Amino acid sequence: MNYYKHSVELDVEKCTGCTTCIRHCPTEAIRIKDGHAHINTDRCIDCGECIRVCQHKAKKAMCSKFEHYLHYKWKIALPAPALFGQFDGLEDINYVIQGLHDIGFDDVFEVAKAAELVSAYTRLYLKMEGIKKPVISSACPVISRLIALRFPYLKDNVMPLLPPMEVAAILARAKAKKEHPELKDEDIGIFFISPCAAKVSYIRNGYGDYKSNINVVVSLSEIYFLLVSAMKKDKTPQQETEAGVIGIGWATSGGEASALFNDRYLAADGIENCIKILDQIENGNIPQLEFVELNACIGGCVGGVMTIENPFIAKTRLQTVRRYMPVSRNHLSAEEQFVPEEYFLNTFPSYTPINRLSNNLGESMRMMSRIQQIRQSLPGIDCGACGSPTCRAFAEDLVRGKISPDSKCVVLESQQNKNDTEERQ
Amino acid sequence: MNDSLTFHFDVDGTDFTSAGQASASVKRNLRQLGLSPEIIRRVSIAMYEGEINMVIHAGGGVADVNVYEDKIEIVLADHGPGIKDVALAMQEGYSTASDKVRSLGFGAGMGLPNMKRYTDEMQIDTEVGKGTKITMYVNLDR
Repeated sequence: MNYYKHSVELDVEKCTGCTTCIRHCPTEAIRIKDGHAHINTDRCIDCGECIRVCQHKAKKAMCSKFEHYLHYKWKIALPAPALFGQFDGLEDINYVIQGLHDIGFDDVFEVAKAAELVSAYTRLYLKMEGIKKPVISSACPVISRLIALRFPYLKDNVMPLLPPMEVAAILARAKAKKEHPELKDEDIGIFFISPCAAKVSYIRNGYGDYKSNINVVVSLSEIYFLLVSAMKKDKTPQQETEAGVIGIGWATSGGEASALFNDRYLAADGIENCIKILDQIENGNIPQLEFVELNACIGGCVGGVMTIENPFIAKTRLQTVRRYMPVSRNHLSAEEQFVPEEYFLNTFPSYTPINRLSNNLGESMRMMSRIQQIRQSLPGIDCGACGSPTCRAFAEDLVRGKISPDSKCVVLESQQNKNDTEERQ
Repeated sequence: MNDSLTFHFDVDGTDFTSAGQASASVKRNLRQLGLSPEIIRRVSIAMYEGEINMVIHAGGGVADVNVYEDKIEIVLADHGPGIKDVALAMQEGYSTASDKVRSLGFGAGMGLPNMKRYTDEMQIDTEVGKGTKITMYVNLDR
């Protein structure tokens, strides 16, 4: 039973069944069967690790092509802040915004602008009474899904506010309708320029009962190549940007947390690091913290699989871009010192115990006992040659009936053959 | 007697950085058994605290977790110095940990109190100079 639409896709033709991806998947969602990879959609969290490590380019992030959605009368680009870290020598992000207009967008609404508002709302949220600390950021969809699947105890720690891209979508649509009252809802197309596959999935699936306000997700890499040929450096662009240092800072790890002006925060990046931190929060062995920012990609959103540049170079470039920017261009007035109701998430996705062996404890215990037995007979080198990521996973797959009961450990078999040959000699 | 499932761990007393591995592994197994998040959390906190105690005070030991259909039993046994005054050790904030250990963020004197708080039953058998055995139970039928 799976209703989750993923954005990581496998090109069976290109997959050689080489086992690299199965050993890198943090949720052990991939197996090699019949010579190629199979992704278990119940377990996949769209982190993109398999796309990153695949040497054959057999895994890819799925999203829409810009040219297929030109029918919208009013096309609004929502560039993720990470976009601005992709260009060599860029000092003024207005060149990129101008470029977005030149490739066919009618308006540009920076996600960085919405991010500054979300930062302001987060500061207010942290002061609210009765909330569970540390508050965990809801901006990275990989982390949100991981918590729903594996850390249900921490669901009340997740900040129940919309991520910046959704706030941007709501504001961009309202702005378009106000400035162009002749436009009908279906005339307006909100295009998010995404750095990663997980945000594509978030938009396609929604979150809990929240349905995304974004119409089309295009990849940052596709838009990058359109922009490179369209961006002209010869004339000064219009001063259109409405983002500051804080908004752009969301592109990199620690940017969201440091905008809270509170030193009791933790920012971690890289999926394995994030899992360790969540484990420690669950066990209560972390320092007293107000806020935890977790980014599944190394370096933060600049490390997303749909970006072009190495995340560390992108981060360095963003430092240049931010040099001439004010701290923030979006502030809440004295009357606005509250979080609007429509930006709150009302439900958290329900807990799906993906790892559970069976619904009956006695049966689960028997299965686990059997897993332990089989596991002890295996070499324990986690080579992946059988198609399961670890010896333990192989034992689990056998007991769960996911693989044929005749499945054999390749290493044990070759040893057996060797012994047989020696005996014969 | 009911069927039980046992997880056995040797807790290395020389390595602070590996402390917590046994409780992390137990957590993973309990998740697969399909126990509720709350039970898993209580077991893993109690076990983590016990594991840290064995590393800080006793130079390591062994941990056994037995899962029964109605309860989980955690047995932590070491050959450390033993606990001189159990009542005192059970007080929140009381710790005999060295400054070096405290500088690492441990030794807040919450170990034993937390183990008691998160389990339904706790039994301490200790002898000075011989070692300590702590048995904890978390009930499942609730």
